[in-house]
Amino acid sequence: MTRRLALLALAVLTLGGAAAAAQSDSPASATATVAHVLRRVTYGPRPGDIERVKAMGLSAWLERQLQPEQIDDHAVERALASLPTLTMSIAELQRAYPRPDLETRQKLARGDMSPREMREQYPMDKRPARIVGELQAARMLRAATSERQLQEVMVDFWLNHFNVFANKGEVRWYLPDWERTVIRPNALGRFPALLRATARHPAMLFYLDNWLSRRADWVVRRGPNQGRRAGLNENYARELMELHTLGVDGGYTQRDVTEVARAFTGWTIDRPREDARFVFRAATHDDGAKVVLGRTIQAGGERDGEAILDMLARHPSTARFLATKLVRRFVTDDPPPALVERVAQSYQDTGGDIRAMLRVIFASPELLAPDTVGAKIKKPTEFVVSAVRAVGAAPDARGAGALARASSEIGEGLYEAQPPTGYPDRAEAWVNPGALLGRMNFALALTEGRVPGVSVDVGALVAGADRQKPEAVLARLLAALIHGEASAATRAVLVAQLGTPEITGLSPDDRGPANTDVNKLAALVLGAPEFQRR
Amino acid sequence: MMLTRRALLKSGACALAAMAAPPRFLIRTAQGAERRGKVLVAIFQRGAVDGLSMVPPHGDPAYARARTSIALAPPRQGDSAAALDLDGFYALHPSLAPLKPLWDSRTLAVVHACGSPDTTRSHFDAQDYMESGTPGVKSTPDGWLGRTAAALPSTSATPFRSVALASRLPRSLRGDAGALAMSSLDKFDVRAAQPAVARRGFESLYADGVQDLLHGTGRETFEAVKLLKSAGASRLTPANGADYPRGRFGEALRQIAQLVRGDVGLQIAFAEVEGWDTHVGQGAEQGQLSNRLREFGGALAAFAQDLGDRMSDVVVLTMSEFGRTVAENGNRGTDHGHATAMLAFGGGIRGGRVYGRWPGLAPEQRFEGRDLAVTTDFRTLFNEIATRHLALPATAPLFPGWSPPPRPLGLIA
Repeated sequence: MTRRLALLALAVLTLGGAAAAAQSDSPASATATVAHVLRRVTYGPRPGDIERVKAMGLSAWLERQLQPEQIDDHAVERALASLPTLTMSIAELQRAYPRPDLETRQKLARGDMSPREMREQYPMDKRPARIVGELQAARMLRAATSERQLQEVMVDFWLNHFNVFANKGEVRWYLPDWERTVIRPNALGRFPALLRATARHPAMLFYLDNWLSRRADWVVRRGPNQGRRAGLNENYARELMELHTLGVDGGYTQRDVTEVARAFTGWTIDRPREDARFVFRAATHDDGAKVVLGRTIQAGGERDGEAILDMLARHPSTARFLATKLVRRFVTDDPPPALVERVAQSYQDTGGDIRAMLRVIFASPELLAPDTVGAKIKKPTEFVVSAVRAVGAAPDARGAGALARASSEIGEGLYEAQPPTGYPDRAEAWVNPGALLGRMNFALALTEGRVPGVSVDVGALVAGADRQKPEAVLARLLAALIHGEASAATRAVLVAQLGTPEITGLSPDDRGPANTDVNKLAALVLGAPEFQRR
Repeated sequence: MMLTRRALLKSGACALAAMAAPPRFLIRTAQGAERRGKVLVAIFQRGAVDGLSMVPPHGDPAYARARTSIALAPPRQGDSAAALDLDGFYALHPSLAPLKPLWDSRTLAVVHACGSPDTTRSHFDAQDYMESGTPGVKSTPDGWLGRTAAALPSTSATPFRSVALASRLPRSLRGDAGALAMSSLDKFDVRAAQPAVARRGFESLYADGVQDLLHGTGRETFEAVKLLKSAGASRLTPANGADYPRGRFGEALRQIAQLVRGDVGLQIAFAEVEGWDTHVGQGAEQGQLSNRLREFGGALAAFAQDLGDRMSDVVVLTMSEFGRTVAENGNRGTDHGHATAMLAFGGGIRGGRVYGRWPGLAPEQRFEGRDLAVTTDFRTLFNEIATRHLALPATAPLFPGWSPPPRPLGLIA
């Protein structure tokens, strides 16, 4: 495998780009290249995907993935229709799924109401938790079945980059709107537009507390906190620079944080428990001049914040920070500086065009370098969805909810990352004994048909293979699930498994025909080290 | 992939396995000294517990004045429904009565007005700062218990050295030394129609091959599964008549006790308990907070009872990201504040005392005019307990960018 890939890389270096490599080489290496690229750009190949992409041509397929609006996806859209909260407005969600009223909560706390009475008066499907449950199911459903795979990968990327936490205050009611109007439309668009959209959305204003930030000398005029001084909150200002744009070493100081916080005073939420619209309140805005990164900002009012967003979006540290994260997502945990520079340059040249950055990555020899193949450890959602796709299972909305819970058990509960960093994209974060057992147990549950709402027919993967020839069955499984990329050690272990009666259905002294237990064998492959990588 | 220290340690572990040496833990657990290792149990009360209700300062006249409907009444001799006097100034919430015997036997100490120098009132920021042990610094990659584990002698490491009873590894335990997160001892195994077959299969898939993080972790996993099985930890029933309250927190402590009693090499354990964000209808002797404290105190007391004599090797430390406003709000609850109270009990704790200078609750004594001021940096407390109880070198860098004050609290022998 290594030698073949080395040759492949050589071909790529001379021709440039994944597509060229796939088209110009022998059929076997073309398959390996397409499989590798699919593992990086999608949630993993389904049965038949590699052949389809080869027939279409890898570069044509990649270009198509970069234009998701042109890919027909009505099958997923139909399945999503069973999740009504996805399309509801913030105001509708607040009305339809209110928090339990104060009286009910107090009764429950005092013991005047039993948990059962509570459930009757306030059924689970009327609770706010349903909103997050449906969003989680929708994400897994799309990841598993959408044809717009790159779009889904980038939605996941930006939801982590601009992380908000579902369980903080009002955020859960804002989430469907956040994903629908801010993240999805901009996932393959221009970064400056995405950044501006995040800055004004109530989900971000609430999560990073900017809605509470007011000029330093502000005294509350009305309500329970009347007379209290409520001043600057630096939370958003700091994360805006540290996590959304410049990066922690991007060259800003504590003084810049305070100045940026001053600029965003007055950016708040009108009627947070109704429609939660963005509003700029001039009365709470700090009108003085601000000096940010050595530049004086005196745009005035709401335009102070806009000027800062523009300035940060244009900053070379932002280009480098985003390039580093994208290369980490698609290529390797420790991004090669030369590739980062090229990707950052394309950001600068195009005014922050996300597609342009991705094109540089997809055409890079680094993506196909031998060291790159299998270098990334799948995140829990990536593992779960890739397993479902590999065995060709089609979850319904209920099944997608079960997949979200499975991912959560392995440590990645969607919308449930509390820190503003979102979920990490490095191997160390996801490799620990409890999580590894979780992966093996999911592989077993999936192949044994124990995941509700996900019907699996592993036998179809080896259709036509003679079950009485365990080696043939194994070869087919390895080709289908890990595209033949099994290490010698893994292959040897699996071949040895074929000697156990539990796998072949043979007792030691049985002379009858074997009947290979495909499910058990598939579970082992999905739990093997190779399948944890992409 | 970058080779982290943890990955290197694991490669070392696989080298051992490759020589077919007996598993490390079998050698160690055969040695008496290792069996009785010291254990630190950290409990995080997520959501900011009201220290002024947990350990009410009834001797401060401003206390009752600030809280017209939710202040606990001063202790009354013989009235078990009232707060329990500790020292004439502080009392214990009546729902924490199960912990009173630990106070009376001088194994339970309280540190009041304890908290972070960072002034954030955001739950998640404050939790992050307390768990990383670096207030105000978000880029710290590891947690304070992760660094504590790294400072322990590596010769004593088993897969169960650092364990969180949680589905994901909490920030506190993150670090190069590695830690285990598990939601349940019972579920910590391969679950299949024929588990033994599947276990053998998976184990052999990770047994050989390249020495990388994944394979190293795989070997560690099955080492842990086997160790847990052979120790029979999950079959140990609570001892000494201990009765854990139902609920996740009681379950977590019951299982930590199983790991301690099962001698699997546990040195650092972590559990969390939620429901302290009492903005509305907090209650006083009775009510919402009282119910939470009943579960909290009941579980801690059951843990101490379950471990019996073994508690001499164990210290339990409780913490919460911040406290709550001195004055009650318009909804008979409290809003996010600053300092709170933390508890420590077990072997070596000089109990029966409330530590820390009392800053006072009068409006001019409060932090920013509203909150209990912090007079003990949480790092002083955490550092003192971790270094003394686990016998770490005084120079162990558990809290980067900070040095302990010249005079320790003195709450641990």
